[in-house]
Amino acid sequence: MTTTADQSPHLHTPPEIGGVGHSVRRHEDDRFIQGAGNYVDDVELPGMLHMAILRSPVAHAKILSIDTSEAAAVDGVVAVVTGELMAEHNLAWMPTLSGDTQAVLATDKVRFQGQEVAAVVATDPYVARDALGLIFVDYEELPAITSPQQSLAEGAVLIRDDKEDQTDNLAYEWESGDKAVTDQAFAEAAKIVTLETHYPRSHPSPLETCGAVADVNPASGQVTIYMTSQAPHAHRTVFALVAGLPEQNIRIISPDIGGGFGNKVPVYPGYVIATAASLLIGKPVKWVESRTENLISTGFARDYHMKGELALNNEGRILGLRTEIWSDQGAFFADAQPTKFKAGLFHIVTGSYDYPAAHVVARGAYTNKAPGGVAYRCSFRVTEASYMIERLVQNAAYEIGMDPAEFRALNFIKPEQFPYHSPTGFVYDSGDYEGAMRKALGIVDYESLRKEQVTARAEGRLLGIGMASFTEVVGAGNSQEYDILGLKMFDSAELRVHPTGKAILKLGVKSQGQGHETTFAQIVAEELGIPAGDIKVLEGDTDNTPYGLGTYASRSTPVAGAATAIISRTLREKARKIAAHLLEASAADLDWEPGKFFVKGSPDQSVTIQDVAFAAYTNPPPEEEPGLEGVHYYDPPNMTYPFGTYVVVVEVDAETGEWKVDRMIAVDDCGVRINPMIVDGQIMGGLTEGFAAATNQFITFDDDGNCIGSSFMDYLVPTAWETPRFELDETVTPSPHHPIGAKGVGESATVGSPAAYVNAVIDALAHLGVRNIDMPLLPDRVWSAIQDAEGG
Amino acid sequence: MEINVTLNGTQRTDDVEPRQLLVDYIRGTGNTGTHIGCDTTSCGACTVLVDGTPMKTCTMFAVQATGKSLTTVEGLKQNGALHPIQAAFKEKHGLQCGFCTPGMMLTSAALLEENPDPSEDDVRWAISGNLCRCTGYVNIVKAVQHAGELIREN
Amino acid sequence: MFPPAFEYSAPTSVEEVLATLAAEGDGARVLAGGQSLIPMMKLRLASPAYLVDINNVSGLDYIEDVNGHVAIGALARHRDIVNSDVIASTNHAMASAAPWVADPIVRNRGTLCGSVAHCDPEGDWNSVMLAARAQVVAQSSTGERVIPIDDFIVDFFTNSLQPGEIVKEVRVPKYSGSGGGAYLKLERKIGDYATVAVASQIELDGDGKIAKAGIALTAVNNKNTRASAAEDALVGETPSDELFREAGDLASQAANPETNVRGTADWKREVVRVYTRRGLETALAQAQG
Repeated sequence: MTTTADQSPHLHTPPEIGGVGHSVRRHEDDRFIQGAGNYVDDVELPGMLHMAILRSPVAHAKILSIDTSEAAAVDGVVAVVTGELMAEHNLAWMPTLSGDTQAVLATDKVRFQGQEVAAVVATDPYVARDALGLIFVDYEELPAITSPQQSLAEGAVLIRDDKEDQTDNLAYEWESGDKAVTDQAFAEAAKIVTLETHYPRSHPSPLETCGAVADVNPASGQVTIYMTSQAPHAHRTVFALVAGLPEQNIRIISPDIGGGFGNKVPVYPGYVIATAASLLIGKPVKWVESRTENLISTGFARDYHMKGELALNNEGRILGLRTEIWSDQGAFFADAQPTKFKAGLFHIVTGSYDYPAAHVVARGAYTNKAPGGVAYRCSFRVTEASYMIERLVQNAAYEIGMDPAEFRALNFIKPEQFPYHSPTGFVYDSGDYEGAMRKALGIVDYESLRKEQVTARAEGRLLGIGMASFTEVVGAGNSQEYDILGLKMFDSAELRVHPTGKAILKLGVKSQGQGHETTFAQIVAEELGIPAGDIKVLEGDTDNTPYGLGTYASRSTPVAGAATAIISRTLREKARKIAAHLLEASAADLDWEPGKFFVKGSPDQSVTIQDVAFAAYTNPPPEEEPGLEGVHYYDPPNMTYPFGTYVVVVEVDAETGEWKVDRMIAVDDCGVRINPMIVDGQIMGGLTEGFAAATNQFITFDDDGNCIGSSFMDYLVPTAWETPRFELDETVTPSPHHPIGAKGVGESATVGSPAAYVNAVIDALAHLGVRNIDMPLLPDRVWSAIQDAEGG
Repeated sequence: MEINVTLNGTQRTDDVEPRQLLVDYIRGTGNTGTHIGCDTTSCGACTVLVDGTPMKTCTMFAVQATGKSLTTVEGLKQNGALHPIQAAFKEKHGLQCGFCTPGMMLTSAALLEENPDPSEDDVRWAISGNLCRCTGYVNIVKAVQHAGELIREN
Repeated sequence: MFPPAFEYSAPTSVEEVLATLAAEGDGARVLAGGQSLIPMMKLRLASPAYLVDINNVSGLDYIEDVNGHVAIGALARHRDIVNSDVIASTNHAMASAAPWVADPIVRNRGTLCGSVAHCDPEGDWNSVMLAARAQVVAQSSTGERVIPIDDFIVDFFTNSLQPGEIVKEVRVPKYSGSGGGAYLKLERKIGDYATVAVASQIELDGDGKIAKAGIALTAVNNKNTRASAAEDALVGETPSDELFREAGDLASQAANPETNVRGTADWKREVVRVYTRRGLETALAQAQG
């Protein structure tokens, strides 16, 4: 086990133990660097068949007929599955994570381009693909609706005519905050600043697409599903409910996952069809998406049309915030989000600032686009919220003639105000927003840059400095507030210390690259003194791990991390009794240092945790149960609120609208850092996805509902060449309610950074009067903004 | 059609359909470290060294590999020891989910054969045909440069 | 993604390749680098019945300085162009374009001749070939013909090859005097096709006037397009900022782009204008170098 030299200064354990604060090299890497990872597509079972899905080429149409006879006759084709067949087994529809329904295979209509229409199961994936071309579907096309504005307009064609009580295209309506108080604040305002913008549709597109191998044993009734699942336990329950299968017979195995970012939270039709096919045929069935299938049918994110208004007084203090949202939900309302919150946690939109009034209204519309609304590297719509407020405050600063940094400083929630009760009902746990901002500004030498900007403008160069001082809300969540389909959002940890002092930790969460096998071992190492390298972490097998809600919304460390710390402490207390027995002393007379107990004042009278573990099985105290293991289910008292400031410096080519990032500084505060190396890795990954959103990465549709952005030739994931060179720093403000003071961090950078990039480009053009360019900031949009500003 | 390839130093003869993609052939031999991430020759997850040169094996047919020597991630180890690029990816945290890692390492290993002391720009340019969704590339660049140091020390 | 079935052979001589093409007729296609063809087959946008793989033909990967021109063989890869001293010392626009074709790994496999034959209007090489006034050597079992690039590029993904012909070689004339050139490409990321690109090349006479000019545009028409009016305006003139601006204006008039997800037509024309001017400035500096 190796650790870096630049370890956190407050270490409780030596490098040999590798507890909190050590940059322990990742345990999982040994298999990945040797090509020995085991992803879903690597699973091969005897007799396994291959499934391919036929998808709708049109966005909205009645299905008049489906002719599968030629496809079924192809040599090597075992079965062709249609919605009709699924309906016979009551599986043509399934519930979504937002309590809506979604077609598994279309029976009546197709409602988006790429919707699942039929599936072929064959002995070979090439043959399955060939046979798709021999299924003939007769469609009667209907008008396609591609925006919430169209969808909610009078006379719009009804998309969800399958739902009995649905008479329009409204998917939900939701509000938060106090309207009267907020209206009063606006009535008293000296100035009102407004921003209307669209956070475009996006897709998490992890490098591994979604897939499953369903293996139903017809003799035993055992159903084993290997699947790309960020939430295997919740998925097991969903399968039990959807398919009516006895839950004890369902085993979900989520093997190594090639990135998730929210894409692998929902249950997709492909999983269900593969399972149904395996059930009907009696052989294992593999289904792995192509990239195009991934982009056009699974788990989109964002697509929020937003209007925000800030009320200001003459001194530049914010008095209140009003926002209205029109969310584009696609054909099925399938946001992966807590039941109570129809627009996710968008109401964190008040941000890092202190003011008493806020009101949020959100309306969701059905459209003829793919369903999803997943929390793409985001805690349930926090990204859209953070983007809205950070764009608004920057524009507010321009309008009242203040420097954007000083405007923020004036309005920040102050450190002494925590715990801070926000006007939309959150209780922020801890923060020092100005501290993080000042640190970032110092690194970039903000004052000099502002002077340079003046010089550059005089020379005709467009230099921009943008920032975002975001606050996130992650770690869902306390069970009073947060559940998904009724399942409370707790998580769990089961720790077993073996006789030789090694241990296995079993978790209900599931890593997709975050390094859980290392980070969670370090929490045990911190609390029990067992070297991190002696601890195996097991996830992603529902038969062999305790129940949990899974990994998304930056919740693993806040929730499962807390569960791990607490079960470790519980075992330490049992270990203390065993140690007392071994040392023939009273438990109260023992002191603990990581890895051993010793008699107070007599450090030579000690036993190691390994001695204790052995004794737990060979020589337990008579009054204690043998063994050293336990499980803890953790229901967090509150969310955690990571924050930070990102600063971006750009130069814009006035002639073409092209822009490039000169500097990107990220100061993050995620509380106590368990593995600083992994934390920095998470932040840099998120900064890249934020950059992608700001520059090029979006999905759009033409008027007929054809998806533009259906392959990596059009859905643009940045390469190493375009990606900015990030400069990272940190502040540390522990979470007061988390057992080790940690907050979630996997998503801060995706949440916080898009506004910083956009604000930088806006800042370069602000003197021309430019206040908004919708993402992505394609060069033609930037060029047009300059033209319009100069023309006007 | 019958093909003869040298896969990670071992000669093989196999019967393949002309349309079988090289990546599917390789994965079919049990060397599943070579991954598929897109349909459009964009992501580089399937990168393998063909006679020492990085190629996207989703955009070659297996029949085209006859007579060639293929090196996949499973063949990077030398005499039982990790290749410096493998050690460096772990040391510098150059990977997260691991899906792009085999292709990324093979492309980098080929770069280091030509230039064992690449600049940051050299590395970023060389790996710009390989997408990573997790790392933001910073630590991949560090890993490749560190592997160069390890190679130069030997 | 899985391509449809086809028959396949990989002859080892040009004669065998041509004989196979003649025998297999319309359903047969040549497989060189395959970096465009194979993705199209995987997406089932192309389904040739027969592929004649030319990768096993030896002696086609040359890049040679032959009297007055550079000859590039059918199996010279993009990477070979990037690394070629012959190209670096003879043609600035090619040297400038090569690193921006596709991505580094695709360049290891894809060929210049294959790109030229593909006639993708968003492809890079045909604009450079137009600016340089290249010629395409087409060979069939009945003989060889030399086709000026302007006649070779017919339309959107359409060239003037006859059935049974292959692109055996591309010939790029060398500068007769001092010359320079550039390929300026606006792409969204590495590996992207051009949103807009401009190839420009000039040669100066002994008096410093422009003796020859080549300007061609990528991705703003249904094929790579020569900006003839811009070229005409340059030839015989003494280079100046004003002249280059005029050339930019004229070049932008030769662009007839679509508004699409990459940007508006107006903006693309503006990029043509700016890139033409900037490319000519670079070319002039090289020619005067």
